[in-house]
Amino acid sequence: MSELFDMPSDLQNSYLGLVGLHLREALLPVLAGLLLSLPIAQLCVRLRWLYPPILWVTTVLYAIPSLAFFVILIDYTGLSELTVMIPLAVYSLVVLVPAIVDGVRSVPQETLAAATAMGFGPVRRYLQVQLPIAAPAIIAGLRVASVSSISLVSVGMLIGNQGALGNLLNSGMIYNQPRLIWLSVVGTAVLAILVDAALIAVRILLTPWMPRGTSRPLLAKEAAR
Amino acid sequence: MNILNYIDAFFSDTAHWEGYDGIPTRLAEHLGYTLMALGIAAAIGLPIGLLTGHTGRGGNTLALIATAGRALPSFGLMVLMFILLGLGMAPVMIPLVVLAIPPILVTTYEAMRSVDPAPVDAARGMGMAEAGVLFRVELPVALPLILSGLRSAAIQIVSTATIAAYVSFGGLGRYIVDGLYQRDYEKVVGGATLVAAMALATLGLFWAVGRLTVSRGVRRASVG
Repeated sequence: MSELFDMPSDLQNSYLGLVGLHLREALLPVLAGLLLSLPIAQLCVRLRWLYPPILWVTTVLYAIPSLAFFVILIDYTGLSELTVMIPLAVYSLVVLVPAIVDGVRSVPQETLAAATAMGFGPVRRYLQVQLPIAAPAIIAGLRVASVSSISLVSVGMLIGNQGALGNLLNSGMIYNQPRLIWLSVVGTAVLAILVDAALIAVRILLTPWMPRGTSRPLLAKEAAR
Repeated sequence: MNILNYIDAFFSDTAHWEGYDGIPTRLAEHLGYTLMALGIAAAIGLPIGLLTGHTGRGGNTLALIATAGRALPSFGLMVLMFILLGLGMAPVMIPLVVLAIPPILVTTYEAMRSVDPAPVDAARGMGMAEAGVLFRVELPVALPLILSGLRSAAIQIVSTATIAAYVSFGGLGRYIVDGLYQRDYEKVVGGATLVAAMALATLGLFWAVGRLTVSRGVRRASVG
């Protein structure tokens, strides 16, 4: 059993090390995307005319293939993790901005009026009323963004072994070891499913008022991305 | 602007325009993979999505399939299929189809579910057959969302087909992968530009198809 997870020495990492690297390369961009998209989405909610052009720009950025994105960045950031993480952050922005805008906009007018009547200022109203009500939509977006991010990290292998678990694919081909390729594919899929499940758990924790089990697992808008 | 110089150098070199490694050949190959994968994925995803959406059954199963499909790394899957099946079209097609089915399936289902039930009931009340309800009432209303699912599937295929070059296939990825190995940065950037342009063209194509096929009344109702 222990041999199964033995790694070729040129990877300079244990299997768990690669898993950790993979999570870092995939999830840090999503976190950065979330931190960026919160203010962007808030701007879009405030200034309605801003939303269509921003949606347009992000959709066009999303149409740039990850491999093309990676290689164009090589010139600026070199063969580093950053080269992989920047495109992933941009992609997560594309999913998260509409998710947050739709979520925040879906808060009923009466609810907002009630909060205002209770003396909530704009900041407090945003943090304590709008964001929690938008939480399910935001987390649905986060799920899509993190799962596709985890899958895309592997492509980083093509640019100087920056693909974490994806690096196993190359080693598997060079040393003719299908075991390594299985470890890469199954490992990535399991990682994606675990992160997805963790986000569902976070949603349940954050929104105790929502009925269990009846929530829509996927919103069509997120699925279309 | 470094990159612009590379792009210019790549496209102005006449050697890049002819032969089996010329831009027309590689573009045609890439287009071929994309159309084939999208065709197969649509042939599987659309009917199932329409039927499940029409009957409203199996939504949870579809969501499960979508998550599973998304979780499978396409690049890894391609290498795995290559190892298992050897050289051939299947190792390239299987990951692309697996990648494209979930967005088509889920958006089609959701699009059909989100159709306003009142006109559907009205159509039934007027004595329209079930097939008529499906194709003449529900489908036209659901079309914009269905197209958006097909669009994102198409774009994902265009961008993922680049990695087919890693398992000795052609297409635009050839320039990127070969260029990386040969340290020919001009080729890499040229290939990347072509793929991005093709993805943008796909975006434009779907926009045009939407303008042509979505009825005006529906378009007005679903602004934004």
